[in-house]
Amino acid sequence: MDLAFLYETFLSLVTAVPLTLQLAASAIVLGAFLALGLALCRLSGILPLDWLARAYIFVFRGTPLLVQIFLIYYGLGQFREVRQSMFWVVLRDPYWCAVIALMLNTAAYSAEIIRGGLLSVPFGQIEAARACGMSRFMTFRRITLPLAIRQALPGYSNEMISMVKATSLASIITIMEVTGVAAKLISETYRAIEVFVVAGAIYLAINFILTRLVALAEYQLSPHLRQPAALPSTSTGAAR
Amino acid sequence: MIPSTNPSAPAAITVRGLRKSFGPVEVLKGIDMEAREGEVVSILGSSGSGKSTMLRCINMLETPDVGEVTVAGETIRMKPAGSGKSRIADRRQVQRIRSELGMVFQSFNLWSHKTVLENVMEAPLHVQKRSRAECLEEAEALLAKVGIAEKRNHYPAHLSGGQQQRAAIARALAMRPKVMLFDEPTSALDPELVGEVLRVMRALAEEGRTMLVVTHEMGFARDVSSRVIFLHQGAIEEEGRPQDMFTEAKSERFRKFISG
Repeated sequence: MDLAFLYETFLSLVTAVPLTLQLAASAIVLGAFLALGLALCRLSGILPLDWLARAYIFVFRGTPLLVQIFLIYYGLGQFREVRQSMFWVVLRDPYWCAVIALMLNTAAYSAEIIRGGLLSVPFGQIEAARACGMSRFMTFRRITLPLAIRQALPGYSNEMISMVKATSLASIITIMEVTGVAAKLISETYRAIEVFVVAGAIYLAINFILTRLVALAEYQLSPHLRQPAALPSTSTGAAR
Repeated sequence: MIPSTNPSAPAAITVRGLRKSFGPVEVLKGIDMEAREGEVVSILGSSGSGKSTMLRCINMLETPDVGEVTVAGETIRMKPAGSGKSRIADRRQVQRIRSELGMVFQSFNLWSHKTVLENVMEAPLHVQKRSRAECLEEAEALLAKVGIAEKRNHYPAHLSGGQQQRAAIARALAMRPKVMLFDEPTSALDPELVGEVLRVMRALAEEGRTMLVVTHEMGFARDVSSRVIFLHQGAIEEEGRPQDMFTEAKSERFRKFISG
């Protein structure tokens, strides 16, 4: 065991952690908005929107993320129209190509998770909101969405973890995030096991923190599902 | 003190020619009714008689196929939606009218992610856009009135059914409604919890609130309401003062219905 080498490897890989986090965070945040839109299309009852969202989800869930990254990074640049369009500023940059591919991919999975959350909201609570004069938008914002998020969070944390790991694929299109730097170190040192063990440990640490954060968010969002603790003891008498 | 019908009081709710079908089943076959200000109208009928549907048509939780609903002199505007049905013409008008009607549901329907106090403050604060201080003061007074002030910071899941229903009544009252609509408010409760909810409802009746109550509680209909409407298969079979209806009803069906 060459502890000194492991430590040096760790120091070089840690410098790439911010880029990994940035890729994952932008993909997850942007993807969440797209996913919400897709879920609403699925539930809109408007057939063309429903089918559009279904087709999107089918394609992006059914094809490998790596293929999607290649198509966006190498594929789009082959069209002169794309190279001459205003989007080329973004699409010629491997970083943005990776963010776009990750975002489009996670949106497809997240849309179904959010749809499940929205469907789980008891209709009576939506009806109560309507009955007191709330508009559709206010009902959605104040009642449906908060309840849906609480339901969707456990499933959604799976997807966030997947995304953190999926950022490693961005190394294929020249991005020097943790896996990219690891591959470079291996080509210089030929010590694949040590380097990949350290890289794996870094992903593990990131996901450990991520799962703790999600658990905290879940706890904060669900006081109504716990027994009242800090409340006066008289309260539990008549309650079920 | 039972509120009696004051024939010169203005109409709070007027329903004209209300018809509603679910698929091939015609649930309401032309209902005409009226509730004057200060009246407590009990709506009775066996299950499937259309009494809940009628109540839900008043605040447009169900859209009537045909007919007219007027709340405090304002008629809800409808427009034709093809195949003889109609739909809401002006969503904003309906939202405004709904905020003037307090609805209490059979299954309480409190918002589970909000505390009791937040449930009561939600609509005055966000729909009626009143000040937070005013909403808070009024919400606490209402919770005291229905007898659950000490549960203000609890979530609905931590309350008994009777407490949840009383919180739901406070939530409906918080909008200062012109009319209270009760849709079988005690039917989902354990028998020993029915009394506490009925006591709150009786207190509301005694302070002169206009109430439409769909119920199976014969005692409440007989003792508290100023008028009883008996529905049978989507039509009004008989209506009248409870003291008349419960002693000398013309309808054979109603006599059978109350004798169980």
